[in-house]
Amino acid sequence: MRIENHPILDFGNRKTIRFYFEGKEIEGLEGDTIASALHANGVKVLGESLFKHRPRGFYCAIGNCSSCLMKVNGKSNVKTCVTMLEEGDKVEIQKDKGGLE
Amino acid sequence: MKTTDIAIVGGGPAGLCAAISAASSGARVSIIERNNSLGGQLNKQTHMFFGSEKQYAATRGIDITGILLNEIKKYEDRVEIINSTNVVGLYEDQIITLMENESKYYKMKPEAIIVATGAYEKFLSFSNNDLPGIYGAGAVQTLMNIYGVKPGKRVLMVGAGNIGLIVSYQLMQAGVKVVAIIDAAPKIGGYLVHASKVRRMGIPIYTSHTVKEAIGSSELEKAVIWQVDGNFQPIPNTETIFDVDVMCISVGLSPLNELLSMAGCEMKYVSFLSGFVPYRYSNYETTISNIFTAGDSCGIEEASSAMVEGYLAGLHAAEKIGKRHPSFEERVQDYTSQLNNLRSGPEGRHILSGINQIERRRDYA
Repeated sequence: MRIENHPILDFGNRKTIRFYFEGKEIEGLEGDTIASALHANGVKVLGESLFKHRPRGFYCAIGNCSSCLMKVNGKSNVKTCVTMLEEGDKVEIQKDKGGLE
Repeated sequence: MKTTDIAIVGGGPAGLCAAISAASSGARVSIIERNNSLGGQLNKQTHMFFGSEKQYAATRGIDITGILLNEIKKYEDRVEIINSTNVVGLYEDQIITLMENESKYYKMKPEAIIVATGAYEKFLSFSNNDLPGIYGAGAVQTLMNIYGVKPGKRVLMVGAGNIGLIVSYQLMQAGVKVVAIIDAAPKIGGYLVHASKVRRMGIPIYTSHTVKEAIGSSELEKAVIWQVDGNFQPIPNTETIFDVDVMCISVGLSPLNELLSMAGCEMKYVSFLSGFVPYRYSNYETTISNIFTAGDSCGIEEASSAMVEGYLAGLHAAEKIGKRHPSFEERVQDYTSQLNNLRSGPEGRHILSGINQIERRRDYA
């Protein structure tokens, strides 16, 4: 779900970045955050609420609301809406509070 | 401990302008920004600004960042830019604590601090409001205009204020269908010029309507709206159901005020300013000496006035620490009259009466 044509913005030719979501290899683009790359792949559910385990997606996309926390390369509670995507990132849905590194 | 003359928390429109005027007064400035680049929410404003030429009217927000950064470049020798760093603490003795890249923690002792942290998007209460696919309107703007990603296929916009109207237009520009815009108020809150633009594109605007519930198993699939009466009470049997995979919530912003509260600044809830805001003197100084504030963090308004407030706070903070700009009086007068112009409309009257509730005068202090 990338924007193809835009009357004002030109997103140019962005390099492909390969990463893993729940163990499966998918692609994002240079300049993506983890959350924007996932969204471009149609992934909206990023985690689960702590007690009722309801699905969670991002809300603010600028690092305020903590609704986008995921496990990235083994580290819990990463704000994926403001964390830039890197080649080979292992991104997982977070279902619990997570722990310290 | 790291030192500087003036630390500015937040590199958005208010913070950048504060940096320009503080640096032009001769102060050493450190701009601390949590993102990996400066500009804040300007970077996703693809529309042209209103206001007057002095606040870059008819220039797109995305281009204003560049203009301000060029200005800052003139003072390269005394402006330090600290990106990817969160200010996690602000203390009464003006020590701030910083976390760089979520890993390196350190302290800084500036002579003065300008808090220009901006705002966050409000949320709305209805059943299943936590379903993925329900996003802040600003979030959707970020996703589209910064990362080039569409939020979905069909969108319901909740809120017909300027942000709701502008983001609806930008969604259509990105090739996403907006099925309707709704607002609980009996009339459209945003400028008529924006409303006419989206109506011309065929987007219906339902006033006196609110969200009853969201429906979906793991993601948003449908949204149910219903009509409200003059007291904002829902009227049964007026429901309309939309097949949408995205709902944008655009029901206003609140000041990001945590650091000001933490420092012990006296705060007050002012509805005209959209939340808890610090009491302040006419020089933008809070009740804690040498802690200043500007922009949305001290009252929700818009980017043009945030920039002018930033210029003023920067001048005053520099003056407070003994770096008075050679044309201090002139500039203060000019920026003050710019602000008065920006606030001359009906919306501005609300802002002014809000500010009146929190402005302290030295004589009575």
